[in-house]
Amino acid sequence: MNEPHRPAADLLVTGADLAGSGRGDLLVSGSRIRAVGPEATEAAEGMGEGLARLDADGMVALPGLVDLHTHLREPGREDSETIASGSRAAAVGGFTAVHAMANTTPVTDTAEAAERVYDLGRRAGYVDVLPVGAVSKGLAGGELAELGLMARSRARVRLFSDDGKCVHDARLMRRALEYVRAFGGVVSQHAQDPQLAGPSACAHEGELSGRLGLPGWPAVAEESIVARDVMLARHTGSRVHIAHVSTAGSVEVIRWAKAQGIAVTAEVTPHHLMLDCELLSTYDPVYKVNPPLRPSSDVQALRGALADGTIDVVATDHAPHVRADKEHAYADAAFGMLGLEQALSVVSTAMVQTGMMGWADVARVMSIAPAAIAGLPEHGQPLQPGAPATLTLVDPTRPVVVDAAHSQSLSRNNPWHGRPLTGAVHLTMLRGLVTAREGLAWGAQS
Amino acid sequence: MKHLLSMADLSREEILAILDTAATMHEVQHREVKKLPTLRGRTIINFFFEDSTRTRSSFELAGKWMSADTINLTGKGTSVSKGESLRDTVKTIDAMGVDMMVIRHMASGAPATIAQWTNCSIVNAGDGTHEHPSQALLDAYTMRARLGDLEGRHVALVGDLAHSRVLRSNLICLRTLGARVTLVAPPTLMPSGIGPWSEGDGFATSYDLDDVLPSVDAVMMLRVQRERMSGGYFPTAREYAVTYGLTTARLAALPGHAVIAHPGPMNRGLEISGEAADAAQSLVLEQVSAGVAVRMSILYHLLSGEAMSA
Repeated sequence: MNEPHRPAADLLVTGADLAGSGRGDLLVSGSRIRAVGPEATEAAEGMGEGLARLDADGMVALPGLVDLHTHLREPGREDSETIASGSRAAAVGGFTAVHAMANTTPVTDTAEAAERVYDLGRRAGYVDVLPVGAVSKGLAGGELAELGLMARSRARVRLFSDDGKCVHDARLMRRALEYVRAFGGVVSQHAQDPQLAGPSACAHEGELSGRLGLPGWPAVAEESIVARDVMLARHTGSRVHIAHVSTAGSVEVIRWAKAQGIAVTAEVTPHHLMLDCELLSTYDPVYKVNPPLRPSSDVQALRGALADGTIDVVATDHAPHVRADKEHAYADAAFGMLGLEQALSVVSTAMVQTGMMGWADVARVMSIAPAAIAGLPEHGQPLQPGAPATLTLVDPTRPVVVDAAHSQSLSRNNPWHGRPLTGAVHLTMLRGLVTAREGLAWGAQS
Repeated sequence: MKHLLSMADLSREEILAILDTAATMHEVQHREVKKLPTLRGRTIINFFFEDSTRTRSSFELAGKWMSADTINLTGKGTSVSKGESLRDTVKTIDAMGVDMMVIRHMASGAPATIAQWTNCSIVNAGDGTHEHPSQALLDAYTMRARLGDLEGRHVALVGDLAHSRVLRSNLICLRTLGARVTLVAPPTLMPSGIGPWSEGDGFATSYDLDDVLPSVDAVMMLRVQRERMSGGYFPTAREYAVTYGLTTARLAALPGHAVIAHPGPMNRGLEISGEAADAAQSLVLEQVSAGVAVRMSILYHLLSGEAMSA
């Protein structure tokens, strides 16, 4: 597939701010970081011809980004995305590991299905593709899928989710939370009470949905499930992860639960950190996403919660769709928007440029914490000697105007098109291999 | 004015111009030979993605009486799974060189979205639970015919407001014409966000029909679908009729000059009693009759090339 993309046996990255902790050189040897800071500079001095140099002055080096929530669409909808194309988009976005959601056709609810996704990810080679296992067979919400066999498979599944659907049966949720403890798994809940927000619900329930005549998706449909699940986590002593938190009320519940010592973690998407429901006033289907965009007061609450650690991670919910599935009336169009390629720029703009977070915090919410939640030993490691050379170089002040046409994804449902953002991924490295540079995945056509 | 997508697109002056032209058209409607040459050579597609008898026949007659070539299309099931996108469907028709599409669609906002994809004029003939502008214009026309200027008049809109496109268009139209508006429904059938909405737009809401009726100049009863009961919006038809129906007993509470409107189809015995529907104050048949004239006026103002000065 690729041209060889190992830059050299040894690479000295010079002058980068190392995850917000100060400037220093970083010496990469093979797939590992060999030395950092003055030791790296010193060790490089004696290396002569074989040493390549990368001037990263003014840039920030982060441990490679980890996405807990990605839709790669393969198998089943390879017209909208494949594991290879989604992997390239991920690499361009600074990611080195992505978790491929289970709502494919067929569903990832067996060890065989999980291994196929895992192997296709290995073959593509841009990022580590970790399959998410379905909680219930066929995402039907009835019986548990073979969680243990998926965990024991070559794919080592640790994250389980019926994403797209809520595990709404309280008993099934309870059993899943208990069962995955045997192998250190975690259930990621798509919190949406199907009685309060059915399949037609597509706009934040409020004045705007009233005026537009769009079926409302009330905040309480999310918050009531979050409340129930943190209580189930307390009762079972298990971990629960809340996917794409979208409301201030959910934040309050999670904050309370963490104060009680309940093992809950939570994610927020880039779009819920930046876009609000007023965008729906033109019925543009590109802004149709589940959970829906919320009022700006929720956006502010989510930013605050990410900054203070109530929300642990940013996860993209990258959801590619072909044009024909989006070019409908708003209510009929598919849910979801792209996210992998712009996630870092959005977080930089919404959180760093606003002074709410520093780059060390970005490293935490986009790499360290998601890797810890998913149990990935080779990701989210501090940039220290001996750690995998899995990292992302960010140009923190570069202005970006997003062009939807310029994308590694096979789809173009990009809500960021035409928007000015600040901060961009410069280079992505996975175990010493450069997987993307300046918006281009290695070996991909520009 | 190229499209009629929402009542919010129209100023007070534009609404009055459409209503004045409609009065002229209404006279034509009662002639033996109804045909006007005004839109000869223009092509109008009535594209109805959702069933409709009254609105579609009304638009079709309006087009024919103005000598336009009209074609009716039905587009069932624009579902994502079918393969063809809505964009492809309407661009195909647009490419044939039509002048106007009159769109009825089950999805709110569909006409506005279609207007972005096509070159022809788009008329919203009812979109989901969003708007139904031509209905609001004919309602205003009929109320004005009995009551005169609606400025300062008090109009109550009663019924399943949450799911009513007629409500949204009438609310905007009546407010633009300066009427005082009160929405009456049980809390479960009020639109989402009605609190801030009513505050922002300056209209009232009430859960008590008997409290509102004595002060109205017009009361518009909106259809309540019986299937709403299964959604838990109200307990029984009996309870709804007793609390929010325009019963025969409530007729007596109406001021003598007040009129009763209903956009149809009526559920006699649920939101309106037979006596109320057929009472002397009832506008129901006049609404249907005015429907064609008002739609002729809409077609005229959008297609005749005469720019409407705002």
